[in-house]
Amino acid sequence: MKIHEFQAKQLLKKYGVPIQDGFTIDSIDDAQAAIDKVSQEFSTDQFVIKAQIHAGGRGKGGGVKFSSSKEKALENSRNILGMQLITHQTSPEGQLVRKIMVAEALDIEKEFYVAITLDRSVGQNVVMVSTEGGVEIEEVAAHSPEKIIKEWINPAFGLRPFQARNLAYALGFEGDLFKQAVSFFLNLYKCYVDTDASIAEVNPLVITKQGKLVALDGKFNFDDNALYRHKDIVAMRDLDEEDPTEVEAGKSHLNYIKLDGNVGCMVNGAGLAMGTMDIIQLKGGQPANFLDVGGGANVETVKNGFKIILSDKNVKAVLINIFGGIVRCDRVANGIIQAVSELHLTVPVVVRLEGTNAILAKELLETSGVSIIAAGSLADAAEKVVAAATKGA
Amino acid sequence: MSILVDKNSKIIVQGITGSEGSFHAEQCLAYGGNVVGGVTPGKGGQMAIDGKVPVFNSCKEAREKVGANVSLIFVPPAFAADAIMESAAAGIELIVCITEGIPVNDMVEVYAYLKTTKSRLIGPNCPGLLTPDEAKVGIMPGFIAKKGTVGVISKSGTLTYEAVHQLCQEGLGQSTCVGIGGDPIIGTKMIDLLDLFEADPETNAIVMIGEIGGSMEIEAAHHIKKHIKKPVIGFIAGQTAPPGRRMGHAGAIVSGADESAKAKMKIMRECGLHVVDSPADIGKTVKAQLSK
Repeated sequence: MKIHEFQAKQLLKKYGVPIQDGFTIDSIDDAQAAIDKVSQEFSTDQFVIKAQIHAGGRGKGGGVKFSSSKEKALENSRNILGMQLITHQTSPEGQLVRKIMVAEALDIEKEFYVAITLDRSVGQNVVMVSTEGGVEIEEVAAHSPEKIIKEWINPAFGLRPFQARNLAYALGFEGDLFKQAVSFFLNLYKCYVDTDASIAEVNPLVITKQGKLVALDGKFNFDDNALYRHKDIVAMRDLDEEDPTEVEAGKSHLNYIKLDGNVGCMVNGAGLAMGTMDIIQLKGGQPANFLDVGGGANVETVKNGFKIILSDKNVKAVLINIFGGIVRCDRVANGIIQAVSELHLTVPVVVRLEGTNAILAKELLETSGVSIIAAGSLADAAEKVVAAATKGA
Repeated sequence: MSILVDKNSKIIVQGITGSEGSFHAEQCLAYGGNVVGGVTPGKGGQMAIDGKVPVFNSCKEAREKVGANVSLIFVPPAFAADAIMESAAAGIELIVCITEGIPVNDMVEVYAYLKTTKSRLIGPNCPGLLTPDEAKVGIMPGFIAKKGTVGVISKSGTLTYEAVHQLCQEGLGQSTCVGIGGDPIIGTKMIDLLDLFEADPETNAIVMIGEIGGSMEIEAAHHIKKHIKKPVIGFIAGQTAPPGRRMGHAGAIVSGADESAKAKMKIMRECGLHVVDSPADIGKTVKAQLSK
């Protein structure tokens, strides 16, 4: 689960991590009041107006604007709130900006990169820092990995003070800044582990001209499997930032991701679902979606699956590929028959059922009278659905 | 021969009195596996699976009373990490955790703890293991497999079934099939199983099925180049998956590696694996390699 920058900053603040502060609004009517409040509370006449969307690359897309006066801040607020912000992480149409953060502007001396995430290959969380803060950090990782300094964390002991000191030394901090950095790293880790975050990234961490260490931005991802023990984190979920069809699919316990092709697919298991998409492409088609119906492929899931796939108007044919292990294919077949007849489908449906009771399932489909194209092997199924989609297009 | 489990494995099922646990314990027993007990705290002394299997209060008790050396876990996600640690503490050699949805930080702790023990964990969030005609420790449908000489290692569940089905269509049986799970932290990685299959005299070829994400397949490919003499047939699911809609940069920076299917397949080919582009070609490619 993702959250906005302003929510990440609220969390960091709670854990004693110094942040670039401000107020977040969702109506332009509140902009003037927010600007006045920031001016008063943080004794500044310079502001940064920051679009609050989940995707990154906001600055480059024009969603973050420095404002040298209250008037400019109001003007930038008007321009950003309600804009369709396009970045490399949004869809080509961009994301509607529904909230903006009116933040204090800071005099920045130097920028750094700090993040905590899981290192899968080690099986431990790792704190990573670099003097090369800013947007090009991935380039740094690819070409000069030695410029990224890492400290792995033993879960039994947490991030130790000596490790935080090592990170602070690596960034070249001295004196009071060194002390600030050590407590910054320790508090950031505490926030990360307490909330079951999967990513906590501060990019950039800055030193201000006044000698203060401040998180200028904050990005958090949370482990979905751990949300059951974090009601306060769940409360921060913003459904406006998520794809409505995917949200709908989630309600039916279906894992759906929309793609750009015209061949819809419904499969049990994520690996087989991806494999099915791959073979559709190899046979000359383009998958319209990823859809994993999971272990319980019954009438309801098949019906909901069809509804979701067909809400995408590009879909010209649908492939159902179920490998029944515990799932019985005859039950799936009955689900398909019922769903196809009740939903009055107009697109061709290719069905491949393999595994437990597959022969019985095939007989059921053949005698049902519903219009279904039966397929044998995985390759056969892919060829048939691609042909059907091409014909229907 | 086989790896990890055979007809002599003494299997216990943690969570045997739950609906999943009892259903699959019965299936494992029906397959001919040696299910010697179950564990549900507070229900020790009862009998499960139509009175066929004794229930114990703890793994320690099951270890002492029936000499269990394999544990199969169906405990809900919030309690699964504790269940894994309990069986490791009891000295159970092989722990197979089917449970899906365990928090990552719980697994970080489990992973660190297991290093202090001699236990091996398969999974979590996996279909388990199957040694055809001998033992099924997990949820793989037993009837699709048959005894033979191909070892199967896979991150995925149903895609494993697909591969096993294709092998049987080509007349090829399996020595052992292992679903290792696709979670960020898993107990046993591809490399560990490659070594076991290489050392198993009755395994002649290995199928390795991966997915996008992580760098485990790349590590395995380099290992194969150096240490594995048997032919390895590989597939990576997710060639058409959209590039991760990830946030920030941390995911890419931590490994520094390209985790796309295309990049993995390229490295696997360079390391001498027989990589198939289509998941429908797994069976026939193994056949071709073994006919050489």
